[in-house]
Amino acid sequence: MSYLHIENLTVGLKGTGDRLLRGVSLSVDAGEVMGLVGESGAGKSMIGKAILGILPRSAEVLGGVIEMDGENLLALPPRLRRQRIGAKAALIPQDPLTALNPSRRIAPQITDRLVDILGWDKARARDRARESLAEVQIPDPDRVLRCYPHELSGGMRQRILIASAFAAEPKLIVADEPTTALDVTVQKQILRLIRDMQARHNTALLFVTHDLGVVAKICQKMTVLYGGMVLEQTDVRSFFKAPGHPYSAALLAATPRHDDPAASLTPVPDHVVQAVRAEVAAADRMQRHG
Amino acid sequence: MLRRSLLRLASTLVTLLGVAVIVFVVIRVVPGNPIAMMLPPGATPEDELRLKALYGLDKSIAEQFFIWLGGVLRGDFGTSISTRQPVLGLVLGRLPATLELSVMALVLAVVWGGALALIGTRFRGGRTEAAVDVGNGMALSVPDFLWGLVLILLFGVLWPVFHISGRISPSLDLPFTTNFYLFESVLRLRFDLWADIVAHMFMPAVALALPLAAIIAQLLKQSLKETMHLDYVTLSRTKGYDETHVITRDALPNAVLPTLTLVGVQFTFLIGGTVIIERLFSYEGLGNMAIDAVINRDLPLIQGIVILFALIFTGVNLIVDLLYTVLNPRLRHA
Repeated sequence: MSYLHIENLTVGLKGTGDRLLRGVSLSVDAGEVMGLVGESGAGKSMIGKAILGILPRSAEVLGGVIEMDGENLLALPPRLRRQRIGAKAALIPQDPLTALNPSRRIAPQITDRLVDILGWDKARARDRARESLAEVQIPDPDRVLRCYPHELSGGMRQRILIASAFAAEPKLIVADEPTTALDVTVQKQILRLIRDMQARHNTALLFVTHDLGVVAKICQKMTVLYGGMVLEQTDVRSFFKAPGHPYSAALLAATPRHDDPAASLTPVPDHVVQAVRAEVAAADRMQRHG
Repeated sequence: MLRRSLLRLASTLVTLLGVAVIVFVVIRVVPGNPIAMMLPPGATPEDELRLKALYGLDKSIAEQFFIWLGGVLRGDFGTSISTRQPVLGLVLGRLPATLELSVMALVLAVVWGGALALIGTRFRGGRTEAAVDVGNGMALSVPDFLWGLVLILLFGVLWPVFHISGRISPSLDLPFTTNFYLFESVLRLRFDLWADIVAHMFMPAVALALPLAAIIAQLLKQSLKETMHLDYVTLSRTKGYDETHVITRDALPNAVLPTLTLVGVQFTFLIGGTVIIERLFSYEGLGNMAIDAVINRDLPLIQGIVILFALIFTGVNLIVDLLYTVLNPRLRHA
């Protein structure tokens, strides 16, 4: 049994018939990295949000199962569900500049979960925070713990957020485009850091990105999404050798290549887009009539 | 920091001087003659001139101003024409009553407005928030003195639970050495007196507080709702915290700053509102005294009261600025 198992997850816009996720299923094991790819609006972030219980107020889960550690989160009462997520899962957010509370020092922002949700005593949590910062190669952790976010650089803050995510030893981490807001030189270091941390802690990692280059570097498995629907689920090696879906193939062709930067980029052709839209529409019809 | 404080002090002094000049000139230019009101029937023009000379009103306005300013710098604000007592003593004697009333109103407004904002945010998008909005609209669309009248009718006449007039029941023996009755009654552990004072202050304080509470509730709720969309709030949710915790711990400290600025500005309006509210409730404070002073054309007393009000306003703004620095860590190093 996989650590995270999602079955037929459907998320809709409240009060309308619109669906943001259309029966998504996927599984991630401990120690495994799953990439969620697709263009903006494909629903890749929505999956992470549904798992962590942070869907926007306008959205709601219409059906399906989100099983974490053998327990269906959607069947739990809200309070218990929040506690499970806080204890067993964590988020590495996209923008390090906005993801830390500007009016709190760093230390309580790392230790709060350990003390309030996991019930650790304060001294132990403080030690753990120091260790975590050292683990993500932050020099002088004691000084950083006393800092306010505005006193630290963007790269530093992303390291802190990664340390904070791993501090409680969660079995599942959702990384929502964690390198998109960083500049290119920092991106590479952060990506390597996330991969190292994930491997060392044997965490199941769900990595949301629009960048196939990043997927190639960090993921073992990947899920290609369009319009909230899974088009293809495969291991990364075979995807790059031979994408299974015409849309995936077009997406791959539209990605700049590091080994051949001069190669011209092919936008996703219109007929591929139309075909995949028709596929989504057909799935909707099936759902309505079935 | 020292430079900033000195600049601040200098700008305060300039403000006070400006206020002094304007008040001094205006109350001498508008119709109404304090001397005429003091003269007994049948007084001769010579009597009038003598009286004018006695109060220095025969000199030019500029001369009068510098004589007055010279006195103020020595701590002498002149003598009240209507009561023939030193202005400083009169004004300082009334100040505690007005301060206690304003601060009580402010506390009520902050507690009530803050609570409504938090409740409205917690249950946003539903009937509870709509009810909060409607309540705020009502509180805002009625001025404080009308609230005062409504309160008198409801809780003074129909269901008399509060006193509608004065600061304390006249039958009580007062052991107080200062004029801070409310404060001193607590220090002396005289809770019987304290209860009587509160029963007198409560309605005027509520009348003053209602509009401010509505403004606080509305603005704070708005900033809270905006803050609730921010990433650090979302991150906090994923840690396992519930809505209430996220609102009070993550959103509130960051959303409170714009409200704080507004409270500073609005608090000065509230103090201005004491003039009418104190009259309405026959509360013996500065505002009530100000109205008497204007009716009697008591020029030195008017000047003294206005200068004191101006001092309070600048003091309030200074406190708000300091609080801002305390609450926003980003300003501390600037």
